[in-house]
Amino acid sequence: MGFSTIVYILLLLPLLGGLTNGLFGKHLPKQFSGALGTGVIFSAFLCVLMLFNHVNEPVQIDLCNILRFDSFSLEINFLIDQLSVWMSLIITGIGTLIHLFSMGYMKEDEGYYKFFTYLNLFIFAMLILVLGGNYFVLFFGWEGVGICSFLLIGFHYSDPVKGISNSLAARKAFVMNRIGDAGLIFALFMLLSTFGTLNFVDISERLSEGVSMHHLTVLGITLCLFLAATGKSAQIPLFTWLPDAMAGPTPVSALIHAATMVTAGIYLVARSNFLFELAPLTQDIVLYIGIATSLFAAFMALRQNDIKKVLAYSTVSQLGLMVVALGLGAYTVAIFHVTTHAFFKALLFLGSGSVIHGMHHEQDIRKMGGLKKVMPITHWTFLIGTLAISGFPLLSGFYSKDEIIGHLFDQNPVLYGVIMVSVLMTAIYMFRLYFLTFHGTFRGTQSTWEHVHESPWTMTLPLVILSVFSALGGLLNLPGLFFHEGAHWLSGYLHGAPGMHNIVHETPNFSTTLGLMAVASALSIGVLAWAYQNYVRRGSVAKSDEALNGWEKLSNRKLYWDEWYDWMVVKPIEWLGFQTNHTVEERGLKSGISGLGMLTGKAGNALRKLQNGYVSSYLSWMVIGMILLVVFYLLNGN
Amino acid sequence: MPTSTPINIDFYIILATLLFVIGAFGVMIRRNMIVLLMCIELMLNAVNLLMVAFSSYYNNADAQIFVFFIIVVAAAEATVGLSILILAYRQLRSIDISIFNKLKG
Repeated sequence: MGFSTIVYILLLLPLLGGLTNGLFGKHLPKQFSGALGTGVIFSAFLCVLMLFNHVNEPVQIDLCNILRFDSFSLEINFLIDQLSVWMSLIITGIGTLIHLFSMGYMKEDEGYYKFFTYLNLFIFAMLILVLGGNYFVLFFGWEGVGICSFLLIGFHYSDPVKGISNSLAARKAFVMNRIGDAGLIFALFMLLSTFGTLNFVDISERLSEGVSMHHLTVLGITLCLFLAATGKSAQIPLFTWLPDAMAGPTPVSALIHAATMVTAGIYLVARSNFLFELAPLTQDIVLYIGIATSLFAAFMALRQNDIKKVLAYSTVSQLGLMVVALGLGAYTVAIFHVTTHAFFKALLFLGSGSVIHGMHHEQDIRKMGGLKKVMPITHWTFLIGTLAISGFPLLSGFYSKDEIIGHLFDQNPVLYGVIMVSVLMTAIYMFRLYFLTFHGTFRGTQSTWEHVHESPWTMTLPLVILSVFSALGGLLNLPGLFFHEGAHWLSGYLHGAPGMHNIVHETPNFSTTLGLMAVASALSIGVLAWAYQNYVRRGSVAKSDEALNGWEKLSNRKLYWDEWYDWMVVKPIEWLGFQTNHTVEERGLKSGISGLGMLTGKAGNALRKLQNGYVSSYLSWMVIGMILLVVFYLLNGN
Repeated sequence: MPTSTPINIDFYIILATLLFVIGAFGVMIRRNMIVLLMCIELMLNAVNLLMVAFSSYYNNADAQIFVFFIIVVAAAEATVGLSILILAYRQLRSIDISIFNKLKG
């Protein structure tokens, strides 16, 4: 089979699965629609594996040309290179596991088939996004994942208690993403007018040939692209939608809002590496935004009490770390962290889903505790995820974080200090979450305790697989410290993507790496010991909202970020709307337009007297008119 | 036989204008529909007279042909007008034009 055939099959599988479930799902048995949804994604995963085995040079597959002018043309094509195949592997691989998990998690839900429709369509859109050979196709997938995300966040819109807030969360995500999308559209226009093409390969080749570009053009394009990335990847200033997106079912949070869709922004920047390399100012902005996001989000996660909210802020914080790597020009390292993060964050979210499922949809960690006895598999896998994300030595998060931190230390030791604070906080809130959930005594009601149960195999199997990957994922990109040969395998692999090989990859020297690793390990183990002492020995529990002191309140209320946006953006717009409604509409337009109508009416009323029905009067008017015409011509005629 | 001197064109114009004005005023102020029709006829013939006069003055027969057309049309118009008048009289027992004011605004 040729490359193109595999790619088309790969893309059609999730689409067909989604369409079948969407059109006929109502009449299909639940097991079938679930198995179909999972099966097509697994087959797609196998297709990607075939591509993975064969990919060497970037291959562009042209499907059709939809618009052609003298100066530019728009094509639909796909680019098969190391980057797109690697992303597809993550998407379909993690996607398969999460589909499998959903079969158990959504068992009692009425919208079972609808859920799998949306999930399949999401995978389809995401594959379009990463496999697209130009920015236009990428934009297609970009919007597709946006709409699927919207549908899935508001999946339980008819819930009697939370329906409204679910819908509001979906709307918030949609609006926030639209702001980012506007950036992407502007970037597309600028790219099209600058290069006349949107193909990644063409643009990268032209740049490497040394086409001169005005530095402001590059700055504009990269800033717009990065704005789009902040929308999808939840960076400051557009990150507030992601924690709210936890309103969706937990598998959705795992798949879309942790493992795959939110990495689309990272992918976009990594894909556009050839442009970002030309804009040092943008790179600096990217770096600082990443650091700020990582720090603030980690701080906000410290005192959240909703199990999913903690993980959501941790996702924002980890995405911030990836953005830091992008800002440093270490694109392959960012993708490495995308990969390991996809493993352990999907694991953590699915683990939390298993807990929520077992607790009958209770998400507040203040009402949990001691769950390790009743949910052993969930407990152990969750522990591995927690250790991996906190950078416990030799687990996957340790390596990927360390790479980023190492690059940062090389370039700017001050910022290294700042990011270490974020890493420290990550360990603190993750261990807090773990100990409060699984250790200590149960703090919920007795009747809930009697019903807590371990989840079925469809849910625990993905957990086990993901925990293996979370533990061993670091092997993909081992630092040179361990094996001189075969080290940085992933980075080397990804260098085949367009533009990547032009980037000089400086790896920090070994002694520095060793020192940094020691610091990171010490931090992680130290926090683990402290958390064990605090939460298990002393039995501390999360405080109620009233008992929080100053900084805790600040963290719990997310630095009042939402309120601030409300005051800065929402309120002025509402005020403007109110004023337009009451002043412009009521006073200006209404009186103006009805005044015009009244004038016409009055004039007609006055003039209708002329039509009195007497023939002689009409004739008189006619004669007067004729006389006037004659007079007019006599005066003007000569 | 004394040679007849042609009459000055000015007199024709004055006569035609007088006839036309009489007709126009008649149309405007009279209410009897028969008188109205007669006044319209008067105006048409004033124009005919003027055309014939100019035709002779310029030695050009075109206008005279036109006059024939006008006479025919006027005859047709009088026929239609009078039939309307008769029908109206049958309906309303009156030929006063001011009764027909049903279309006032």
